[in-house]
Amino acid sequence: MSVAVNNNVENHDDHHHHKETFITKWIFSQDHKMIAKQYFVTGVLVMGVIGVLMSLLFRIQLAWPEESFSVFEVFLGDRWAPDGVMDPNIYLALVTIHGTIMVFFVLTAGLSGTFSNLLIPLQIGARDMASGFLNMVAYWLFFISSVIMVASLFVEAGPAAAGWTIYPPLSALPQTQPGSGAGMTLWLVSMAFFIASSLLGSLNYIVTVLNLRTKGMTMFRLPLTIWAFFVTAIIGVISFPVLLSAALLLIMDRSFGTSFFLSDIFVQGEVLHYQGGSPVLFEHLFWFLGHPEVYIVLLPALGITSEIIATNSRKPIFGYRAMVASILAIAFLSTIVWGHHMFVTGMNPFLGSVFTFTTLLIAIPSAVKAFNYIATLWKGNLQLNPAMLFSIGLVSTFITGGLTGIILGDSALDINVHDTYFVVAHFHLVMGISALYGLFAGVYHWFPKLYGRMMNKTLGYVHFWITAIGAYGIFFPMHFIGMAGLPRRYYTNTAFPYFDDLADINVLITVFALITGLAQLIFLYNFIHSMYFGKKSEKNPWKSNTLEWTAPVEHIHGNWPGKIPEVHRWAYDYSKPGKKQDFVPQSTPIASGENITEH
Amino acid sequence: MTVVLSIIAVTLLAISVWQITKIFEISNLGAKKDNSQIASEKDNDLQGKLMFAFLVFIYLVTIYSFASYTKVLLPESASEHGYTYDKLLLISFLVIFIVQTITQALLHYFAYKYRGINGRKASFITHNNKLELVWTVIPAIVLFALILYGMTTWSDIMNFEEDEDALIVELYAQQWNWKARYAGDDNVLGDANVRFLNDFDGRNSVGIDASDPNSLDDVVVTQEFHLPVDRKVIFKIRSQDVLHSAYMPHFRAQMNCVPGMITEFSFTPTTTTADMRLNPDVVEKVNRINKIRYDNSQELIAKGEEPLEPYQFDYLLLCAKICGSSHYNMQMKIVVESEKDFNKWLNQQKTFSEVIQ
Repeated sequence: MSVAVNNNVENHDDHHHHKETFITKWIFSQDHKMIAKQYFVTGVLVMGVIGVLMSLLFRIQLAWPEESFSVFEVFLGDRWAPDGVMDPNIYLALVTIHGTIMVFFVLTAGLSGTFSNLLIPLQIGARDMASGFLNMVAYWLFFISSVIMVASLFVEAGPAAAGWTIYPPLSALPQTQPGSGAGMTLWLVSMAFFIASSLLGSLNYIVTVLNLRTKGMTMFRLPLTIWAFFVTAIIGVISFPVLLSAALLLIMDRSFGTSFFLSDIFVQGEVLHYQGGSPVLFEHLFWFLGHPEVYIVLLPALGITSEIIATNSRKPIFGYRAMVASILAIAFLSTIVWGHHMFVTGMNPFLGSVFTFTTLLIAIPSAVKAFNYIATLWKGNLQLNPAMLFSIGLVSTFITGGLTGIILGDSALDINVHDTYFVVAHFHLVMGISALYGLFAGVYHWFPKLYGRMMNKTLGYVHFWITAIGAYGIFFPMHFIGMAGLPRRYYTNTAFPYFDDLADINVLITVFALITGLAQLIFLYNFIHSMYFGKKSEKNPWKSNTLEWTAPVEHIHGNWPGKIPEVHRWAYDYSKPGKKQDFVPQSTPIASGENITEH
Repeated sequence: MTVVLSIIAVTLLAISVWQITKIFEISNLGAKKDNSQIASEKDNDLQGKLMFAFLVFIYLVTIYSFASYTKVLLPESASEHGYTYDKLLLISFLVIFIVQTITQALLHYFAYKYRGINGRKASFITHNNKLELVWTVIPAIVLFALILYGMTTWSDIMNFEEDEDALIVELYAQQWNWKARYAGDDNVLGDANVRFLNDFDGRNSVGIDASDPNSLDDVVVTQEFHLPVDRKVIFKIRSQDVLHSAYMPHFRAQMNCVPGMITEFSFTPTTTTADMRLNPDVVEKVNRINKIRYDNSQELIAKGEEPLEPYQFDYLLLCAKICGSSHYNMQMKIVVESEKDFNKWLNQQKTFSEVIQ
């Protein structure tokens, strides 16, 4: 494979001066640091705000069903909220697009796109990604995908509304719901662009990590962030193409009369011609991506957390090799557990047993990770910066949310909680909130690397504590609603008097959701304000060992003026006995008489 | 309403931000103003203590939730396998509860205990194979036990025999209602396909093949279906349009309805509707619901609208798979009664041959 950036060039800038115009610097940039910022702004600041806002709208509807709210009229307009009362179709559309945006645009592209791009070259000691051009193309495909997804919100019959899992026939037949017309078409086109973007990005990450590590940076000296991004990219390359194939087959069924997923259907007084297909096939294809996707979202957050917890504990990460092994184990198992989303789909019950087995196995490496984080804190000297709080918060929600996986992963127990609010509570805690915490932790920690300034810590603390209390306030009671038998994706619960006594809990959840949602404005303000007015950062503000902090604060093309630093040790020599300082950067040579840390 | 709500929300938020910011400021009083944006010793001290307080918060949320929300949960199971289900659920919850309590305690206590002090050096501990082995093996053993228990329960529920005396019932889903079909005297369902739905001017509501002799004594019902107590029921589940899911939470039963194929589920009801209405948990729940409905009715009456009907407990069949705009209102009542009452009710229904005459 040809490699675009030569790592051994002595003084990068002397060799070829790039003429930087406004367009090549700010728009069609090939610099990984700029692309990281572009991913953050598009994925998190724009798409994230839309996704969260949608959740607030449907939470209001759930707490005060069928009441009139002028806020609905403002955001949804006359068509979808006549007299301020939300229409059931737009409710389903909001749920669908909220899921799509949060899972794919915010927590996949926003999280991986930002931090893989920023950190892979800087932490492994590379001038840039293996292919800066492909990296740029990946971002712009993601941008197009975002534009199409947002555009789909404005089509006449409304955006896709079949749930983020877009199971056919509901998603395939516009006769069954208005959102399955042009809205669904745009959804599929948007996701096709998204997948293309994700594949290009992932291949680039993999090649960069394998080929462009600086001298001395062996695989077992890589910081855990890089391990996480690397393995995430591999899972993405394995599983995203399967979603693409599912999307293509669905497009064929929708527009070209094939019957991959459809059979024996009667809608609106008419027998349709479809014969011999099965929606269960779609479910298999979807979840073959869908489950690994959970780890595509989660692993980068765990990688970020590993780095931040070690740095701020001033202590080596506990069990480095076990952490790497558990990342690999999770990655492997994640591709053979998808059937646990399908226990009650009519799949052969024997398969249910197999998937129960593999699913509960995945709890073992997950438990190892959680215990290792806790052990890292033990006997540390914790610097409780906002990033550290979010990292500890991540471990907390990862445990709370992960544990209920024991119930959902168990086919027998899944029967009665499948597709209820119990599932919603589970996956929001274990993957939604945990990954978001990872994202926030990463932003607070690497903001100095992104913008050369520090974020305001007091606002960071306030942001964390409101979010932390809110997250439990929203999702803890939600488990009970699910166990009371309430299915998810109900526009209102008033059709069943049996659920009347859940109304109070729903109000409570919504109040927490509104407070937590609004509290994110603190983060937005802090982010944007600090971008321009934050205190100027030192080169290595957190006294960290990894290579990115040896690069100058100002962003330069090629990352380091002069030689790329060489690596002489692993990333976690914190508080090493015999050293004056409590950290030893990876680029510091082993002193005479010093033991190389065994890890 | 909206305005009031938004004002309240924004005010609450503003107050909490203001208060918390103030706490942080006060805690820094006397210290030199630190604008490094990196946690100072004071910050570590306060945040560490807050971490400990957060542990207390998690415990309180847990205790509060269990104390006040246990009553909204489903009553004891009304089906035979449901007892095993509930037992497995309880055991899993115990495991979860123990692990959650211990790990959260360690995590937050360590965050508090080891909060940073300037000049203190952390211990240099890279790994500990023994310890790591312990916390790999223990979860592995616990999980294997749960997996074994879960798998046996699962296969007991799913691998049911097609006994001679089991009652065969078809559940038929469409946007957005349910129908049920009984196999009639021969206890064999007639063939069916969506192609037959338009036969007999639409009176063939679940698409029965009239040329199949087994079909003539079939009985199709809407709104509610009845089951005899203590007799095994085998459900054959169909859908005519999109995916639905036949969810009967009181029987711990759920199976998707997939167009183009017939899915199956089986259970044996153990409690009649009449008996379940006397269950103390159900009585309490119904009273609570009726109190809520009464209060809401008062508001409605004040607005000059119709009051709500009082609620009486019934078993439910709901749809648990997103299926379009009225997904939230796809319901059918299930009545469990004695074999005698069941037969009486079934005999009053029209058979397919009567319907198509």
